[in-house]
Amino acid sequence: MKLKKNIAISETGFVFDPTTGDSYTLNPVGMEILSLLKEGLELEAISARILEKYDVEKGVLERYLYDFLGLLKQYQLVEEDDEN
Amino acid sequence: MKDKKMEKIPFERPLIQKINAGLPSKYGMIRRPEPIEDIEGISVESLLNEYGSPLFILSEKMLRKTYQEAYRAFSSRYPKVQFAWSYKTNYLNAVCKIFHQEGSWAEVVSGFEYEKALANGVPGSKIIFNGPFKSREDLKKAVENDSLIHIDHFDELYELLDLAENLEKRPKAAIRVNMDTGIYPQWDRFGFNYENGEAWDALNRIMISKQIDLLGLHTHIGTYMMTVQAYEKAAMKLADLAIGLERKYKHTIKYIDMGGGFASKNTLKGAYYPGSDTAPSFDDFAEAIVSALMKSEFKPDHLPLLILETGRALVDDAGWLAGRVVANKRLADGRRATIIDAGVNLLFTSFWYDHDIRPAKQLSDQTEDTTIYGPLCMNIDIIRDHIQFPLLKKGDPYVIRRVGAYNNTQWLQFITLRPRVVLIDPKGKSHIIRDGETLETLNRCEHLPEHLN
Repeated sequence: MKLKKNIAISETGFVFDPTTGDSYTLNPVGMEILSLLKEGLELEAISARILEKYDVEKGVLERYLYDFLGLLKQYQLVEEDDEN
Repeated sequence: MKDKKMEKIPFERPLIQKINAGLPSKYGMIRRPEPIEDIEGISVESLLNEYGSPLFILSEKMLRKTYQEAYRAFSSRYPKVQFAWSYKTNYLNAVCKIFHQEGSWAEVVSGFEYEKALANGVPGSKIIFNGPFKSREDLKKAVENDSLIHIDHFDELYELLDLAENLEKRPKAAIRVNMDTGIYPQWDRFGFNYENGEAWDALNRIMISKQIDLLGLHTHIGTYMMTVQAYEKAAMKLADLAIGLERKYKHTIKYIDMGGGFASKNTLKGAYYPGSDTAPSFDDFAEAIVSALMKSEFKPDHLPLLILETGRALVDDAGWLAGRVVANKRLADGRRATIIDAGVNLLFTSFWYDHDIRPAKQLSDQTEDTTIYGPLCMNIDIIRDHIQFPLLKKGDPYVIRRVGAYNNTQWLQFITLRPRVVLIDPKGKSHIIRDGETLETLNRCEHLPEHLN
């Protein structure tokens, strides 16, 4: 899963999608995940980074991560990997 | 010695929210619900740990304070005021006893409630028996106990006249009057109509029979009334009947009973403003009713006793429902759904209120458009349709405010069992006032035919 190339993320947590004109806000953890996605990290690597930094259990994070990614899909901010 | 772990940052669920340029609100109301961490000084978390979840919590201090406020509003304007506690609003014995200690009579609407009031130590003469159905046995008991029987229809009036012939005591009664008070819908199902002359027919019948002590006039104009003018009109019309009785029969009634129906501060579904801003105060209701009575032709030294049966406005604020989040999920359109452990079977009022639900601890500044579901396997089990709600996770505690009225009487044992109710006394000590139901509670009423055993 990759963030669409034209999505703009500001340092303060605002997201702009020039295709639709929609804007979004992120909370700090959401911001971090989106930035890691933009860097091109895979899900496992993102999960490892978050676990290292935040006080959260792996199972709990996994649930929220998938929920979050589901929302990104809903908002059409990400594109599936080519092989999918 | 172990290596000290690096301090980790507290985790909050990742969130992305679309910015919608919706209709601007000129009031800029806060959209983030502030948490309610404790109730009367006891933390919600500790109450849930001690008594289980979900849990109804009532505050004795709040019950007494609200009663005293209401009583003061009327007694400071009118010399003879009497409240009668509306049993159907909340007939947990502890709640009834608190109101009786404060000076309330009992207002009941069924044989069961009548028995409950007697068992709570209310003298028969201080029980008002309202409602459209009183069995012959109920009526007989009420006559023997000198209770105030509020006659609802002609069938009841004739039943009472019939009883009066065969009993040694004279029934003490009032008639229930319905009328146009300028509100919609007009409640015309209780009692005799004022405008079409039915109320006068009933009064004439009673006066001519000479078998019933006609002590009062009663009306119950509606529920969750947000306009005080309706009470003013109702009081004027009852006063008019009373003056008419005086002229025609030289009969002086002892009391005017204005019923209940005062709005509480809950917000009705579909209301634009929150109920806390729109509900009239006790002073507003008192001013409207008392000024109408004072303007009437009642002689100042012969004012009738003013009885009030308000229930909702006295008890709603004193009740909370606390519990825990069961799960979160996404709906098909991407909106968040949070499932809590209390459903509409416990919170009957969620069918007509947008209940004020809050987290019970400071969790997150972020909110998301959320639908809050109860735990029942029923599509209608919705506590809140749309609410900007913080990101609660499984196990986090919540509190629903203003649930004291009608829920502990209209709740259903449906799919889940009804939970405990605790009362926090004025010293901050908690007491169980109703046990949680168990399978045993239900099975006690059931019998299996032998061939099924």
